[in-house]
Amino acid sequence: MLKIENLHATVAEKPILKGLSLSINAGEIHAIMGPNGAGKSTLSYVLGGRPGYEVTDGSATFNGQDLLAMDPHERAAAGLFLGFQYPVEIPGVSNVQFLRESLNAQRKARGQEPLSGGDFLKLAREKAGLLKLDMDMLKRPVNVGFSGGEKKRNEMVQMGILDPKLAILDETDSGLDIDALRVVGDGINTIMRRPDKAVLLITHYQRLLDYVQPDFVHVLAAGRIVKSGGPELARELEEHGYAEIAA
Amino acid sequence: MTARALPSRRDEAWRYSDIDAVAAAWPLPAPEAIVVPAGGDFRRAIVQDEGAIRQIELVLGKGATASLHVLNIGGAYGRIELAVTLHEGADFHLGAAQIGGGEQNLEIVTTVTHAEPGATSRQVVRSVLGGTATGTYLGKVAVARDARQTDSEQDVKAMLLERSATANAKPELEIFADDVKCAHGCAIGELDAMSLYYLQSRGLPPAEAKKILLQAFVAGVFDGAEDEARLQELALAKLGELV
Repeated sequence: MLKIENLHATVAEKPILKGLSLSINAGEIHAIMGPNGAGKSTLSYVLGGRPGYEVTDGSATFNGQDLLAMDPHERAAAGLFLGFQYPVEIPGVSNVQFLRESLNAQRKARGQEPLSGGDFLKLAREKAGLLKLDMDMLKRPVNVGFSGGEKKRNEMVQMGILDPKLAILDETDSGLDIDALRVVGDGINTIMRRPDKAVLLITHYQRLLDYVQPDFVHVLAAGRIVKSGGPELARELEEHGYAEIAA
Repeated sequence: MTARALPSRRDEAWRYSDIDAVAAAWPLPAPEAIVVPAGGDFRRAIVQDEGAIRQIELVLGKGATASLHVLNIGGAYGRIELAVTLHEGADFHLGAAQIGGGEQNLEIVTTVTHAEPGATSRQVVRSVLGGTATGTYLGKVAVARDARQTDSEQDVKAMLLERSATANAKPELEIFADDVKCAHGCAIGELDAMSLYYLQSRGLPPAEAKKILLQAFVAGVFDGAEDEARLQELALAKLGELV
């Protein structure tokens, strides 16, 4: 589904990713762990097409398409979802309005009919219920006045509504209390653990991986994947720290 | 007002104007005069969608209220000039948006005189400018010698869609009384890149994402307007042309 080869990327002319390769198949959940500054968020933004994140070498294909040649909204329509580490507050723009327009823009790009207002609200209510987010919050301006945990749950509600093929979740677990972590973990499993979908979890901690069992764990250090393994690698990291494993 | 000679750029109130367009329209007809009697209530929504110079003189009697909503979007040169005089305890509200692209020159020029004590005025102005358009807000609040407990506010923001566009904003205070409150704030900026990216990452094409953010930027000014839905719709259509 996603094939990254020898990816090099710079931010403000500073090299961050230095030859990263990674392959993710449908039905798989991958976790990327790594110390601060390793390039985890940069990887997610490069794959999400954020302006200012310059790819200098290498390639990334998504279901056979050249991902790096696509605009952010085209990546979304192709089925890529980026869960933000710091979801953005947008005063004056209601969640439901923007999500409905987003979903319908994606559907239009895929040649599908737009979803009616009634059908959309039904869908939104279902996903909000799944993440235990009050429907009233979805009617409020995007993330404005939301707590850290509510913002992350809102990201997952968005993921549920947009129904992507591949979700890249950048530290979705940070800022969550134990109960919210379970809710978010269950949400990820319900929405994304399917034979035709895949997830790339970016995280610092083992905690989230107790709820969302990864099939593969990778260690990212200094812009490259330095070690890959099964779920047991995450526990090893937790025990011994990055310094020892990544060395 | 009309008896004057043709203004030049040396006149502060016409400094950013399209003087050729002004000359073509000169001499201007007498300003529209509106008097709201004591205790009265006046409301109006003005849509200026073609080039024009519109002058309104508004006098609010004791305890009167007026609420004016303005959408200035049209023509090569569109100027709306308001001269408002507030008597004791009167309340004036202006919610205005000007949206221009291409080479448009749009202006909102206000003079609000608090002639007597206890009057309130609140002006909220939003400009969205693309291309090489110019948008100007010149707003003077004059507080007369005895107009104690004046409460006035000017809240002025402009959004530039391209660096080639120009926004001028000048809130001006002339205060001859003690015990008054005159707030003024103004900001000129660009769309927030991170918000734009966030919206696009969910599947909105760039133009749609911009339109949503601009709609939110402008929307509040028409709250409670006569004809609010129509103003919002016209503003949105104009924003759609710019993005």
